[in-house]
Amino acid sequence: IMCGPVRDWCFSQVKGAIDDDVAEADIISTVEFNHTGELLATGDKGGRVVIFQQEIENKNLPQFRSEYNVYSTFQSHEPEFDYLKSLEIEEKINKIRWLPQKNAAQFLLSTNDKTIKLWKISERDKRPEGYNLKEEDGRYKDPNTITSLRVPVLIPMDLMVEASPRRVFANAHTYHINSISVNSDDETYLSADDLRINLWHLEITDRSFNIVDIKPANMEELTEVITAAEFHPHQCNTFVYSSSKGTLRLCDMRASALCDKHSKLFEEPEDPSNRSFFSEIISSISDVKFSHNGRYMMTRDYLSVKIWDLNMENRPVETYQVHEYLRSKLCSLYENDCIFDKFECCWNGNDSVVMTGSYNNFFRMFDRGQRRDVTLEASRENSKPMQVLKPRKVCAGGKRKKDEISVDSLDFNKKILHTAWHPQDNIIAVATTNNLYIFQDKVN
Amino acid sequence: MNVKVAILSIQLRLNSIKKLSTIALALGVERTRTELLPFLTDTIYDEDEVLLALAEQLGNFTMLVGGPEYVHCLLPPLESLATVEETVVRDKAVESLRKISQEHSPVDLEVHFEPLVKRLASGDWFTSRTSACGLFSVCYPRVSSTVKAEIRQHFRTLCSDDTPMVRRAAASKLGEFAKVLELDYVKSDIISLFTALASDEQDSVRLLAVEACVSIATLLPQEDLETLVMPTLRQAAEDKSWRVRYMVADKFSELQKAVGPEITKNDLVPAFQNLLKDCEAEVRAAAANKVKEFCENLPEDNREQIIMTHILPCVKELVSDTNQHVKSALASVIMGLSTILGKDNTIEHLLPLFLAQLKDECPEVRLNIISNLDCVNEVIGIRQLSQSLLPAIVELAEDAKWRVRLAIIEYMPLLAGQLGVEFFDEKLNTLCMAWLIDHVYAIREAATCNLMKLVEKFGAEWAQNTIVPKVLGMANDPNYLHRMTTLFCINALSEACGQDITTKQMLPVVLKMSNDQVANVRFNVAKSLQKIGPVLDSNALQTEVKPVLEKLATDTDMDVKYFAQEAISVLALA
Repeated sequence: IMCGPVRDWCFSQVKGAIDDDVAEADIISTVEFNHTGELLATGDKGGRVVIFQQEIENKNLPQFRSEYNVYSTFQSHEPEFDYLKSLEIEEKINKIRWLPQKNAAQFLLSTNDKTIKLWKISERDKRPEGYNLKEEDGRYKDPNTITSLRVPVLIPMDLMVEASPRRVFANAHTYHINSISVNSDDETYLSADDLRINLWHLEITDRSFNIVDIKPANMEELTEVITAAEFHPHQCNTFVYSSSKGTLRLCDMRASALCDKHSKLFEEPEDPSNRSFFSEIISSISDVKFSHNGRYMMTRDYLSVKIWDLNMENRPVETYQVHEYLRSKLCSLYENDCIFDKFECCWNGNDSVVMTGSYNNFFRMFDRGQRRDVTLEASRENSKPMQVLKPRKVCAGGKRKKDEISVDSLDFNKKILHTAWHPQDNIIAVATTNNLYIFQDKVN
Repeated sequence: MNVKVAILSIQLRLNSIKKLSTIALALGVERTRTELLPFLTDTIYDEDEVLLALAEQLGNFTMLVGGPEYVHCLLPPLESLATVEETVVRDKAVESLRKISQEHSPVDLEVHFEPLVKRLASGDWFTSRTSACGLFSVCYPRVSSTVKAEIRQHFRTLCSDDTPMVRRAAASKLGEFAKVLELDYVKSDIISLFTALASDEQDSVRLLAVEACVSIATLLPQEDLETLVMPTLRQAAEDKSWRVRYMVADKFSELQKAVGPEITKNDLVPAFQNLLKDCEAEVRAAAANKVKEFCENLPEDNREQIIMTHILPCVKELVSDTNQHVKSALASVIMGLSTILGKDNTIEHLLPLFLAQLKDECPEVRLNIISNLDCVNEVIGIRQLSQSLLPAIVELAEDAKWRVRLAIIEYMPLLAGQLGVEFFDEKLNTLCMAWLIDHVYAIREAATCNLMKLVEKFGAEWAQNTIVPKVLGMANDPNYLHRMTTLFCINALSEACGQDITTKQMLPVVLKMSNDQVANVRFNVAKSLQKIGPVLDSNALQTEVKPVLEKLATDTDMDVKYFAQEAISVLALA
C-alpha cells in the first residue's frame, strides 16, 4: 500500500469532452474504484457506466501507474415512465458499488432512482471456428456437401469486454434511492431511499426485506429524511444512516428484524453562535462513509467534514471546514439552490487523509495525522502531463493577495460533488461536471 | 442485438446442448473425448440456462466417453463449470461431479478426481473454493489414508477461509462430511471446526453451523454429546443475532431427536421456553410452529408433567402476543396438543385458549384454528366448541376481504364432515347459499365447487332435499349473474346428483332458461347442456335437449350459435 503522506499531487489524465458546452447526459453522477483499484467506474446522467482499467504494464513504473484507459462502456439504465403516478423516472446513475471479485469476471451494482441492477463484466478472448453448417463468412453451406461431422475449435481473438445485466432489483422503493451498500457477508446489500432502507440478497430479485422505515403515519408530520446509508466494512450486522437533520444512526441487525430503533445516535449539539435561518439546511448530511478500519465514520454537511468515533455519540472527534467563507453567503446560495448541493467525501487507503469537493472545481484534502489541509483545482489549464498542482487559496474578504481568488469570483456552476481515492495507492479520481480527472502523487 | 434474435439464439443453443448426447454418439467415444470435451471446457461464455443444461448432461456422459475407464475425461469441463459465478450452474456441476465420482475406480479417484478437488480447494477464486466443499465427502471413503489426511487438511483450511462465502459453503457441508469420516476424526477434527464456525463473526456462517449441529449430534454417542456438542448449541440458542436463534427454533424438532430424551429434558426444555419468550417476533413465531412436534417427541414418562409445568404457561402467553404472525403460527399447531394431553387437560386448559384464538382480531389466526378442528374432535368432540365456532365462521364468511371469505369456503367441506349433517343443515346451509350470490366472482366460483364437494359427502338424497331447490330457485333471479350461477351449479352438481335428479329437476330449468333475455345466459345454457348431456339418457337427449339446441343454433347472437353448434357436435346429436 503506497499511502504515505503526499507533498505534491500532479496531473495524470482527464477523460471526457473538451468543449465548454456540456451535454446534460454527460454529467458525471458517481465515481467509484473497485476493491483493488485496478478498475474505476463512473456513472452519468444519461444512464451510462464507463469503466476504466489501470494500465497493467505501467503498474510497476511509479510515475505512470495512474494511467487508466477505457475498459468497458454500457448503457445501464434507460429513462422510464411511471404510469400510475404520471412521473418520469430518470436514468441518471445515482451510485455504483463494486462487489468483491469472486471469479474471473467483475461485478458491480448500479442504481438510478428506482431500480438497482447487477452487472457482470467479463472478458472474452477466444472464439469458435469450424462450424458444420456455416462457412467462415457466415453463409450457409449446402447440406449435401457435408460429409463428416466437425467439432469447432477455439481460436484466439482480440480481447472483447462484455457487460451483461445479471439481476434487476426493481419495485421496492416508493421514494428516490440515494444509497446502496454491499455487506461484508458477500451475499446481501442494502438500498436506501428518503424514508426506507431495504435489505436484499444478491441472488433474489423478487423479495426484499424492509429494515428501516421512518415514514410517519401522517405525512404532514414529516420532518426528517434519510440522506445516505452504508454497511460497516467488517461487521455484517452493523449499518449507519444519516439524515437531513444532521444525525447519524447506527443500527444492529442482530437485535431485531426491523431496525427502526437505532443502537447509537450520533449528533453534535448546535453551536448557538452560528444559528441562522439556514442552520438546519446546512446541517443536512449529504454523505457518510466508514473508515477502512471500521473504527470511524466521516460525514459531509454543506460546510464541513466531520470524523466520528464509533464509541462517542455526543460529538465528532475531528471537524474540518471545507469552505467556511461561504457561511456569509448562504442567502444567495439558497436563492440559486446551491445550498442543496450534495457533496460526497472519501477516505484514503489507510484512513490518514480525507477528501471532498467544493466550488470553482476546487477540491480539498485534510491530512488527519499531519494536521494539514490543501485546496487543489481540477482544470484544463493545469493539465500538462505530470504537472504539479499548485495549492489554491480563497480570499474571504479584505485585501486579496496575488494568486488568491475572491469569494465573489468563484464559479458556483463548477462543482466537484464526486471524488474517489484508490484503496491502496495515492491515486485519486475527481469528477468535474462532465470530466474525470485522475491525479497521482509526484514521483521523483 | 435484436431481442428476438437473442432469445432465438439462446433457445437454439439450449436445444443443441440438450442433444449433446446425440452429437457425442455421432462422433463416437474417441472424438468425443479428444474434440468435443476440450471444446466444451473452454466455451463457458454462455447463458446460465445453457451452462446449466451442459452441467447436467455431462453427469450422464460416462458411457458416451467410453465407460468408467474414461470417465475422468469428463472432469475438465465440469471443473470449469464449477468456477462459474452463477450458483445454480456451480451446484449442478458439483452434483454431476459427485455422480461421476461413483464411477471412478479408487485408483482413478486418487489420480484424477482428488487432484481436481485439491485444485478447486486452493483456487484463487471464491467460486472454486466453494465448489470444492461439496466434493470432499464423495471422494473420502475410497481413497488411501494419506490422501484422506490431505482431504481433511483442505477442509480445515476452507473452514477458516478469508471469505464468508467459502466458510458458508464449508459450514453447510460440515454435516455431510462428518458422516463419512471415521468416528475418531469426527471427535478430533469436526468438533473443533464446528465450534469455530458456530462462533464465526459472520451471522450467516453461524446460522449454518446450527444445521450442522443436527448431523453431528446424530453421529456421536450419547455420552459425548454433553461435552462436545451441547455447549455450542446452548450458545447458539442465546446468540446475539436473532437469525441464529431463529435457526435453532426452526430446527428444534431435529435437534430434539438427535440429542435424545435426557438432554432434551435438562437442556432443550428451558431453551425452548426461552425461544417462545424471545424478544424478536420472528423467533417466537418459529418456536410456536414447533410446539406440537416438540411436545409429541418428549419422552413418554414425564411428557405430561413437562408440558403442563413448562410449556403450557408459555403457550398461554403467546395467545395474546402482540405480533399476529406469532399468534397465527401458534394457532396452526395448538389444537394438536389436545391428543397429547388427553380429554380432561384439554377441557380445562386448552379449550379456553382455542376459544380465545377463535375470537382473535386477525382472520388468519381464526382460520388456522378452524382448519385444525379434527384433532380436537377426536379428543373431546366438537360440540364443546360449536357455540363459539359458529359466530367465528359467520364472521369470517362475511369478512370484508374476499380472500378471507375464500379461505373459509375452502374449509367448509371439511367442517361439514366433522360437524355432521344436522349441524350443517341447521347453521351453515344459509351461509353456503349466500356465497353463491357474492359480489366477487372468485367467491361464487368457490361456492359452486363447495356445493359439489358437499354433495359428494352427504349424498344425492340430501342434495335433493336441501340444496337443489334453492339452486334452481335462483333461475328466476332478476340479476343475470345469479341466473348464470344456477347453470354453473348445475354443471358442478349433475354428476354427483345422478341421472334421476338431473333429468327430472335440473333439465327443465336449464331448458327454460334457453329463452332468457340475456345472451350470456343463453350460451351458458348450451354449455350446460353439453356438460350434463352425458348424465342424461338418450331419450331425454333426443326429445328434449336436441330441439332446444337446434333452436339456439339459429339464435341472433354469434356466441349462442357457436356454443349451441359445439354442443350438438360433442353430444353427437346432429
